[in-house]
Amino acid sequence: MIVLQSVTKRYADTAVVDDVSIELGHPGITSVIGANGAGKSTLLSMIGRLLLIDSGTITVDGLDVTTTRGALLARRLAVLRQDNHLTARLTVRDLVAFGRFPHGRGRLGPSDREAIDRAIDYLDLDPVGGRFLDELSGGQRQRAFLAMTLAQDTEYLLLDEPLNSLDLRHCVQTMRLLRRAADDLGKRIVLVLHDINFAAAYSDRIVAMRAGRIHVAGKPTEVITTAVLRQVYGLDIAVDEFGGHPMAIYHL
Amino acid sequence: MIRRIGATPGALVAGVALTAALALVSVFVGVADVTPGSLLRGGPDGEAALLLAATRLPRTIALVLAGAASAIAGLIMQMLVRNRFVEPSTTGTTEAAALGLLVVTVSAPGLPLTGKMAVAIGFALVGTALFLLLLRRLPVRTVILVPLVGIMLGSVIGAVTTFFAYRLDLLQTLDTWLTGDFSGVLRGRYELLWVAFAATAAAWVAADRLTVAGLGRDFTTNLGMHYGRLLALGVTIVATVASVVVVTVGAIPFLGLIVPNIVSLLLGDNARRTIPWVAVVGAAFVLVCDLIGRVLRYPYEIPLGVVAGVVGAAVFLYLLLRSSEHAH
Repeated sequence: MIVLQSVTKRYADTAVVDDVSIELGHPGITSVIGANGAGKSTLLSMIGRLLLIDSGTITVDGLDVTTTRGALLARRLAVLRQDNHLTARLTVRDLVAFGRFPHGRGRLGPSDREAIDRAIDYLDLDPVGGRFLDELSGGQRQRAFLAMTLAQDTEYLLLDEPLNSLDLRHCVQTMRLLRRAADDLGKRIVLVLHDINFAAAYSDRIVAMRAGRIHVAGKPTEVITTAVLRQVYGLDIAVDEFGGHPMAIYHL
Repeated sequence: MIRRIGATPGALVAGVALTAALALVSVFVGVADVTPGSLLRGGPDGEAALLLAATRLPRTIALVLAGAASAIAGLIMQMLVRNRFVEPSTTGTTEAAALGLLVVTVSAPGLPLTGKMAVAIGFALVGTALFLLLLRRLPVRTVILVPLVGIMLGSVIGAVTTFFAYRLDLLQTLDTWLTGDFSGVLRGRYELLWVAFAATAAAWVAADRLTVAGLGRDFTTNLGMHYGRLLALGVTIVATVASVVVVTVGAIPFLGLIVPNIVSLLLGDNARRTIPWVAVVGAAFVLVCDLIGRVLRYPYEIPLGVVAGVVGAAVFLYLLLRSSEHAH
C-alpha cells in the first residue's frame, strides 16, 4: 500500500497539499478528483518522488520514497506525468525498452525482451513499433508511454491526467485499457482525472480533494453525490444512475 | 518494422570508411610535396616522412578528434537542455572556457598546458551551470528563446573577455582560441585532444542514461535514476570537450549544432545508436571544411573556423527553415 502521513507541500505561504494522511493503492483503480489547484497532481508527484515533500512521510510497501534507492522504488511504482508529449525522436520500441532499465541497469536480457514484446503487444503497438514517437498520433503516443510503464512491471501505476488532450474515443480506449490492466494484470492504478463521469464509471475508489486536503474518499456511489460535488466544485450538479454507475449531469 | 537509413552496422562501416578516405586525402594535401610516392622514395633526408610525422598526421588526427568530440558535445548539450538549437558556443560554455584561458594566461603564464586546460574546464563548467540556472528561472521555454538566452550569456562573458584582452593586448591570442585554425597544429601541440576523445568515449558508455536524461527529470526519476548526477556528468563532458578544443585548435562554429541535427533527422534520438554517427559525421564535416580551406586559395590557407562558419551557417539556416515548416 501507499501510505501518506501528514504530508504537506507549500509554495510560498500557501499549502498546496495540507497535512494529508491517507492510504492509496488498493487493488483496482483509484481516481483522484477535485477542482484546479486542489492539490491532486502535487500529491501524485510527491508519491512518485517527482516533488520533494515539505513535511510528513510517504511509504510504498513500507519503503520511504524520499530515502529508498531510486531503482528499487522504480520496480514497485511507475509514474507518468501529463507533460510526456515530448518531441524526442525515439522509436516506440526504444521507449518501451527503457521501462526495463530499473531491472537490468540498461542491459537487456531475454526476460527483458519478453516483457517489452508483451507490453507492446498488450497495447496493440506492434504495427508502429519501429516508428518514431513524433510520427504517432496523440493516442498512439499515450499508449506507447503506457506500454513503457507496463514493461517497467510495477505493482503500482500513478497517472497524472492520462486523458488530457485525448479525443473521446481515445479517452474511452485508455480507460478500458486501464480497467483491463487492473483486472487482468493485477495493477493498482492511481489516476488524477478531471472528468468525474470517467472516474465514476471505471474506478473502484474515488478520492475527492479540496483546498489541499482529502475531502471524501470511498466508493464512487459515496463520492459522486450532489452534496459532495457541491462542496468540491462549488456547483449544484444533479447525479443520476446509469448501468450501476453514478453519472453527474454537469453540462446542463 | 521499418528499416531506417543508416540503422544497419554496414552503413556505419561505410561511413567510417568514407571518413577514413577523407582523412587520407587530408594527409596528402598541402604546400610541401608529401605523396605516397615521395614517402616510398624516402629522399636524401627523409623530408617527406618528417613532414608527415611532424605536421600532416598531427593535423589530420587533430581534425578527426576535434570534429568528432565537438559534434558529440553539441549532441549532449541538446539532450540535456532538450532543445535542438544549442551547442557549447550558444550556451556560454565556449566563451567561459576562453575567459578561463585568458585569466590563467595572464595570472599564471608559466603553467603547463594541462593546468591551463583544467582552469578553462573549471570556467566552462561554471558558465554552463549559469546557463542552466538561467533556463530554470525562465518563465517560458520556447524553442528559440533558449538558444537566445545562451547567446546573450555568451556575449556578456565574451564582452568581459574581450575587454580584458584588449587592455592586455591579447586580442589576437583570443581570436585564435575562438576561431578554429588547424594550420598551426604540430606534433606535441595537439595531444591534449585525446582528453576530448576520452570524454567522447565516456558519453558512449553512458549513452542510454544520457538518452533517458534527455527525456526529462520526471522521466529519469521514474526509471529510478538520479537526474542531477546525469546532468552533472553531461555538463562535465561538454565543458571538457569545449575547453580542450578551445585550448588546442580553437572553437569550430556550428559543428555541434548541425551534425547532431542531421543525424537526429535520419536516425532519431537514441544516443546509443546516434553517438557513433555523430562522431563520424562530425569528423567528416571538419575534414571537408579543412580541405576546402586549404585548396581554395592554394598555397594560402583559410582558417577552418571561417569555412565551417560559412558552410555551417547555410546548413543551419536550412534546418531552421525546415523545422519552422514542421512546427505548423
